[in-house]
This record gives sequence, C-alpha cells and structure tokens, in this order.
Amino acid sequence: MPLLHAIQDDIGYIPEDVYPQIAQAMALSVAEVHGFVTFYHHFRTHPVGEHILQVCRAESCQAMGSEQLEADIKAKLGIDYHQTTADGKVTLLPVYCLGNCACSPAVMMDDDVYGRMDMAQITELVSEVSNG
Amino acid sequence: MVKVFVPRDSTALSLGADKTAKAIQLEAEKRGIAIQLIRNGSRGLFWVEPMVEVETAQGRVAYAPVKPKDVASLFDADFLNGANHALYLGLTNEIPYLKNQQRLTFARAGVTDPVSLEDYVAHDGYKGLKNALTMTQEDIIKTVTESGLRGRGGAAFPTGIKWNTVLGASGEQKYIVCNADEGDSGTYSDRMVMEDDPFVLIEGMTIAGIAVGATQGYIYLRSEYPHALHVLNEAIAKATLAGYLGDDVCGSGQRFYLEVRRAAGAYVCGEETSLLESLEGKRGLVRFKPPLPAIEGLFGKPTVVNNVISLATIPIILDKGAQYYADYGMGRSRGTLPIQLAGNIKQGGLVELAFGVTLRELLYDYGGGSASGRPIRAVQVGGPLGAYLPESQFDTPMDYEAFQNLWAVLGHGGIVAFDDTVNMAKMARYAFEFCSVESCGKCTPCRIGAVRGVEVMDKIATGKDHAKNIQVLRDLSDTMLNGSLCALGGMTPYPVISALNHFGEDFGLDKGLNEKESVV
Repeated sequence: MPLLHAIQDDIGYIPEDVYPQIAQAMALSVAEVHGFVTFYHHFRTHPVGEHILQVCRAESCQAMGSEQLEADIKAKLGIDYHQTTADGKVTLLPVYCLGNCACSPAVMMDDDVYGRMDMAQITELVSEVSNG
Repeated sequence: MVKVFVPRDSTALSLGADKTAKAIQLEAEKRGIAIQLIRNGSRGLFWVEPMVEVETAQGRVAYAPVKPKDVASLFDADFLNGANHALYLGLTNEIPYLKNQQRLTFARAGVTDPVSLEDYVAHDGYKGLKNALTMTQEDIIKTVTESGLRGRGGAAFPTGIKWNTVLGASGEQKYIVCNADEGDSGTYSDRMVMEDDPFVLIEGMTIAGIAVGATQGYIYLRSEYPHALHVLNEAIAKATLAGYLGDDVCGSGQRFYLEVRRAAGAYVCGEETSLLESLEGKRGLVRFKPPLPAIEGLFGKPTVVNNVISLATIPIILDKGAQYYADYGMGRSRGTLPIQLAGNIKQGGLVELAFGVTLRELLYDYGGGSASGRPIRAVQVGGPLGAYLPESQFDTPMDYEAFQNLWAVLGHGGIVAFDDTVNMAKMARYAFEFCSVESCGKCTPCRIGAVRGVEVMDKIATGKDHAKNIQVLRDLSDTMLNGSLCALGGMTPYPVISALNHFGEDFGLDKGLNEKESVV
C-alpha cells in the first residue's frame, strides 16, 4: 500500500506496465497486484488531469442538494465522472464522504476541502486552477 | 502580545479559514500591531466557522463567521481587546451551544494548538498515561471496563472486555490498531480528534499498548483526510522526540511505537477484519469470525482494534477514574457521545453530551432545525447503514438499547437531517447503490443482493407488479440481513426497510393500507 501511494502521489496514477516490477519487489504475482490496485477506489490506472475535483455523493450532501450540483458540474465541465476536461486541467471523481458533513455540500480540489458549495463557487474554483 | 486564534480544522479551512488567518496577519502588520496568531483546532461550531477567538483578561472572546472582508472592521472596533462588533459572540465558553455540552473526549478541541505538545500537557494531557504507568495491566483494564466505555465505532462492544481478551491471549507480539477509516456520511468526530487534538489519540493508544502488552500501534487512516495525516505525523514525531513514544515511554522502560497507514478509499475497510487484511497489504476482503482479531488479528497476532473516539476517550478515564466517566449517561450507555449534526441542519457541528439526550433536543435546541427552513422529515442516524427515523421517533434518547428497540442504530453518532423535499424511496435505492459500489465481493448476499436491490427499487418506481416487488424487496433485505458476512451487506437493509416502513408513501404505498391491499 505505501508503495502504491508513493507511485500515485508522484505521477498521479499506477501505470499497468509497472505491475511486474511491483510484483517482483513485493514477492507477489502480477495478478495479485492487479487485484489489489483495482480493489481500492483511490488508486487509478489511467493518467489524470493536473487537478482532481472530487464531489461528495453521500447522504449528508444529498440532503443539501448535491445531486443537482453533480449534474451541473458535469454539464459545466462537459465530462462525466472519471473523465478529464479537454484542456487536461481537471479530472472529475465521485467521493463518498469528505467528513465535512456539517457544511454540505462538499467538494475537494486536490487536497483542499470546500464546504457549502454552489455552482458560482465551483466555477470560480475551476477557473482558479485552470488559469493558475 | 495578544493571542488570536484561527482554526486549522478541515471544515474551518473549507469555509476559508486560511484566507481569514492571512488577512488578520496582514492587517496586523499594516497597523504595526504585534499579535500571536495561533492556528487552533475547531470548537466544533461549524455553522459559524471561520470562528476567530481573541484572548482577553476575561477569557477568550469569539467573533464569527469572519471573512477576510471583515478583518479591517474588526481591528477598527478593537477586537484585540474583546470589543463589540457585528460578529461578536461574547466569551467563547459562554456560547450556549458550547456551554451546555459535556466535553470529555473533546475537552481540548479548539482550545489548544493541535500540534503543540506543551499546550497538550498544559491542558491535562498525558495525565492518564502517567497514572496508567503506576498501575498493573489488569488494573488499567479494570478501570476501562468499569467506566462502561463501549466501542464508539458503532458496534458498542465493551472496550475493557476486548482489551482483556488481548491481554489474556498468548503471543510475543501484539498490536493496537486504530480504526480511523471514518467513512460514514454524517460523521466527522474521528477527523476532529486527529486534526484538532491528535495527542489524545496517541496517548490513548499508548495506554492501550501498555495495558495489553502491545509494542506497535497502527492508525489506519482514510485517504480522504490529508490534513489529518499531516497533523498526526507531526504529533507522532513530537511525541517520539519528547519520549512519550518509542523505546522508553516516559522513562518507564516500556516500548510503544506508532505509525500512520494511509487507506485507499474502500468503505468496507472500516470493518475490522477487512481493515486488518488491508493493513497486511492485501485486498480488503472481510474475514470469517471466529477467530476474533483479539486472538488472531494483524498478521495473525492478538490485536486490539478500536475506533478513534474509543481510544481518545481512554486518557480522561485513566486521568479522572472509571466512576467519573460512568457517572455520565443512561442505562448501559455510559459516558458521553460526541454527536455530529449534519445534512440539512441550520447549526451543524459537534455536540458532545452524556447519553440520554433526545434526537429532538439535538435537532432543534442545538441544530436549530433544518438549514432550508422546511420541516425535518427524516433523520438517518449512524451512517449509510443506519436506519431512517421519522418525526414520531424524535423523542428517542441517544442510547444504544433505545435505538436497538426501534430497529435502529446509534453507530458512530452521526445524525443526517433531511427536509420534506426528500424522496425516501430514492434514499433506499441509494443505500443499495452504495453497498454495490463498496461491497468487498466475498459473500453473495452483499455482492449480488445490492445489485438486485437497485434493480428492484427501479421496478418499484415504475409501479408495475408493485405489491410483488415490495415483497421481493423485503425478502431480499431479509436475505442480506441474515446471510451477509459483515455489517455492510448485513445492515444495508436498515436504511431500506426503515424507509419503507416509515415512509411507505414514497414507495407508492397508500397511507393506512397494508402492503397487500396497496396496488398501483
């Protein structure tokens, strides 16, 4: 696990062609490495954009209108979950709870959580990272 | 120099606390005023974050919510001397939301600088460990047992009994594992402990290690909490440097080492055996029990697996004694529960109170009703696997057995409120969908049942063969409830069936008719 975190922290995903090296280092089979990586939602096997926007889908955020927010974000970015904007800036991911439930709906841009979000703030956040 | 406090808790940050802190620093520099800016934890009054506090002769005074645009006017109003202002909330400790609470586990949250060991010690930190080091292992465990503390992760198993099993298990190597995979929607008390008072968790784990004879501890931390990771690592480094962890804990000759392990976004890893598999570097597949983790846990060794709140409550019990803690609470639910108000709630935040407080008091006296101003129609207590409760059950006291009698659970103490715009059939469908996304896949009722559950909910929505499909929904839930290996599949029926029973109209059932008579 720490090894995979290190790889993903560094390059943003776990390329499938490094499975054999991981397998050898950890004394596992390639199949076991594949099984491990794909079990955990956090690990990605494809490259991602420069920034990652995670939108909370859990109950607390739903109680504060996150479903509409999700739809609006997808429409605004022109992508679905697990996709990256055409300019390569933002990858959109679903997440189940960010622990910010007192201030729903919540999203996370890279490592920063944002609470009580609406589309205006999302738009500002996305343009900040897209131009930054 | 005047001390100014701006929280560094994730929720405060999510509402702009960093920008507020920066604005205060800049404004002070601009005006040539020397201040000491302390990034404290959060008091848990999340609806008014960012909450800025100033230390005055009378005590700490709060201003909230403070945005960067408010900073200049605060200086103009002389907030550094606790003066009045539109955002003035008075003495922090006199704010009713806080004053009426019984903060035991969260006594220091928001008061101290989370990564200052000096602050921690100055506020009664490490008193519990000091006491524990003068006691026998049996006496430490006896104290924990007599306090009545039960697992705060949700299962409510008596902590002392679990520890006693590990103490009695033979083995050279034993482990303390902290379950910090807080994945339940509506809960954030674990995160608050780790971000706002990390030393209390470290102290609790150290005491646990000494009590059962374990020398290594792991905190299994969900990957969604990057701030908690940094705070914990910094606190562990400081505790190690100061001799509270390591080869010779406080000069006692006892060893205890602690490490944080990042999880990777699998909800099921909050289940203790799945968590252990994951810690061992495997897929987080649930294990059969027995053997219990207390006998054969991490790497097959005797292991204490406790939730963050359970462990963070240990220091005050060892400091003040079992009776002090047990004097709070009702029935078999002793002590306090850190309750988290979430969802559609006006005043969301952390409310630590003795067991026995009712849902209605929490939702209205503390929560102030819904955020939308509409009636609260349903609340889900205990995370995504907890039952939905209707208004008629809001007078239920927070008590493990009282909830059990309603076929509901207290779980980790999270309360998610929904107003009257909620469609409960949709929430039931979501419960299945969530289970299908998060199922580890080992047992059939959960793996297949969750998918079938989504399908049958879609069929119910169309209204075709309605009565038959409602029966299928009940049968399927029964199978999952009784046939699943762990709580994920086994408790998904709680939100589903409670929604069906209490809000049948959302499922197309007419009020007053029983299911067989109700044909769409």
